[in-house]
Amino acid sequence: MDILEKVTNSDYKYGFYTKIDSDKAPKGLNEDIIRFISAKKEEPEWMLEWRLDAFRQWQKMEEPNWAHVKYQKPDYQDISYYSAPKKKKSLDSLDEVDPELLKTFEKLGISLDEQKRLTGVAVDVVVDSVSVKTTFREKLAEMGIIFCAISDAVKEYPELVKKYIGTVVPKGDNFFAALNSAVFTDGSFCYIPKGVKCPMELSTYFRINEAGTGQFERTLLIADEGSYVSYLEGCTAPMRDENQLHAAVVELVALDDAEIKYSTVQNWYPGNKEGKGGVFNFVTKRGICERNAKISWTQVETGSAVTWKYPSCILKGDNSIGEFYSVAVTNNYQQADTGTKMIHLGRNTKSTIISKGICAGNSEGSYRGLVKIGPRAQNARNFSECDSLLMGNACGSHTFPYIEIKNKSAKVEHEATTSKIGEDQLFYCNQRGIPTEEAIALIVNGYCKDVLNQLPMEFAVEAQKLLEVSLEGSVG
Amino acid sequence: MLKIKNLHASIDGTDILKGIDLEVKPGEVHAIMGPNGSGKSTLSAVIAGREDYEISQGSIEFVGEDIMDLSPEERAHMGLFLSFQYPVEIPGVSVTNFLKTAINESRKGRGLEAMPAKDMLKAMREKMAMLEMDKSFMSRSINEGFSGGEKKRNEIFQMAMLEPKLAILDETDSGLDIDALRIVANGVNKLRSKDNAIVVITHYQRLLDHIIPDKVHVLFNGKIVKSGDKSLALELESKGYDWIKEEITA
Repeated sequence: MDILEKVTNSDYKYGFYTKIDSDKAPKGLNEDIIRFISAKKEEPEWMLEWRLDAFRQWQKMEEPNWAHVKYQKPDYQDISYYSAPKKKKSLDSLDEVDPELLKTFEKLGISLDEQKRLTGVAVDVVVDSVSVKTTFREKLAEMGIIFCAISDAVKEYPELVKKYIGTVVPKGDNFFAALNSAVFTDGSFCYIPKGVKCPMELSTYFRINEAGTGQFERTLLIADEGSYVSYLEGCTAPMRDENQLHAAVVELVALDDAEIKYSTVQNWYPGNKEGKGGVFNFVTKRGICERNAKISWTQVETGSAVTWKYPSCILKGDNSIGEFYSVAVTNNYQQADTGTKMIHLGRNTKSTIISKGICAGNSEGSYRGLVKIGPRAQNARNFSECDSLLMGNACGSHTFPYIEIKNKSAKVEHEATTSKIGEDQLFYCNQRGIPTEEAIALIVNGYCKDVLNQLPMEFAVEAQKLLEVSLEGSVG
Repeated sequence: MLKIKNLHASIDGTDILKGIDLEVKPGEVHAIMGPNGSGKSTLSAVIAGREDYEISQGSIEFVGEDIMDLSPEERAHMGLFLSFQYPVEIPGVSVTNFLKTAINESRKGRGLEAMPAKDMLKAMREKMAMLEMDKSFMSRSINEGFSGGEKKRNEIFQMAMLEPKLAILDETDSGLDIDALRIVANGVNKLRSKDNAIVVITHYQRLLDHIIPDKVHVLFNGKIVKSGDKSLALELESKGYDWIKEEITA
């Protein structure tokens, strides 16, 4: 790198410090802000350059508008892109917490300690959970598993980060991925060494330095040859977040014979019943499978005002497998455009897509999926099932399947159904003594069974309850 | 048990029930017969509390209580059961899970604790044996891919599990072959007692060869036009419904 540029940069960096409040960047996005973020994170030079390159690409890009969603595009110069991890205002007891929120917690069966942690009530040291965390970390470290904040990884494991970051979701992949690449400040890094089967579900809950949900999270997960990991993201508790725009990037790398299971429960603030407020969730999630590798995405999406999300698999290696299991619920004025891309490049690659959309109220839910079979992908197989369940007459459900086949030996199956929770079904349940709310929960859980079965046990139970809460009051 | 007085009901402005009077006492089996379109299924739906119908006149009392303002599930909790003519499918919900929910919601409605899983499984096995049902039934999605006979058997299975005070069997014989008819009828007969009552709604008399009614009513054009004992059913079978029509118009 040019010495002169280096000097000017660092000079500017210092100058910058004096100009602004050190905990929060001023609104707006430019190269100086990116230098500021990188300096705050004490990042190596290459990381800064990487960010700047992403930013330059982003500047030339336009916000996409092909998705079946309508929203007021954010003013990207009116956002502050860095603030030091916020300490939530500490409350003295749960009495100070919004009673609505507490009611939801109760319905989800969240323990009192957990309720306090989520709402920021000061908790006396919870010995159990601390010791559990420590034991977990020690055990993981013994096996050579790295699980830490991405900003720590940039400093502590620069070789790994440098080797893999942006290889699955390139900096300039799309508008939101480019933005994330330029300004990400939070997220997880995980590396499973060769041949290691991670003995527990890794969840962000157990990651040290967790400071709420980042606005521009970046997750990088590498499963080395022959390893296995199951990763849980999100939690079923409602996340009230003041950041309206979320643009996360998740990259998964499954090397030869490795397997990654990635489960998400997303329950961000969806806006109120009139459709005011709520999070915009524009996420890029993608994994790459080398030879004999397997990646499974499972997601239960009930939150956010607008969702734009397509967890995808690049089946590069021969015999690799990609799976996508999704439940997306929209109620009131929520909008979701979600699905997957299965890119078959290697021979004998297989993919399965099971998508279950549930629309209620005035919401709009769309499935958008691409199955692409490359010319080399001899004997590729895909099975897709996309179902929609409608409640009421004011919601809309749409399916946009795209299929591109460049190899004649491919077998691709697509099934789609649209159904309504009928008066007949409800009356049948009612007649057997099951009240309407419980009947809806029963019908919806039955409809989603194939996806919920993919979730780790305790998550599945919570997800079921979450579906019930999300659809409360949606019929009659 | 059940006391219906001068019941009038309509749907979308069309009058269907035009003054029904019916009294069913504990221990009795009543058959309601009538040609298609006479209002048989409407009567069962209205008793069970389906909201699509408008009730302009009359009253329904069940176990001594006016149930006109109660929801279908409240009526079910009191011990009212309707075996559906066309049982609906609920994909992904197993027979076991459905019944567990139904039984425990009903118990909750009566202020009782949930039934222990062990007891429930034991009861399910007994009742399934009684109805000659295969064990694989329990894990199948309710009514999904069931044959007509399996659906009806499943209805009677649920009746056996829920132990209602009053069961209304709406065209339970339709879609059943002779063997299934016999099995279903035997099941119903085993559930008969001096404390409960059964109303059999049917188009044909053949179910009544197996489930012997105490009283038979003929429903025609929204009214009960004739009542009698079981011989009335046989008379209808041999003379057909036209005989009733002629008798009324004469």
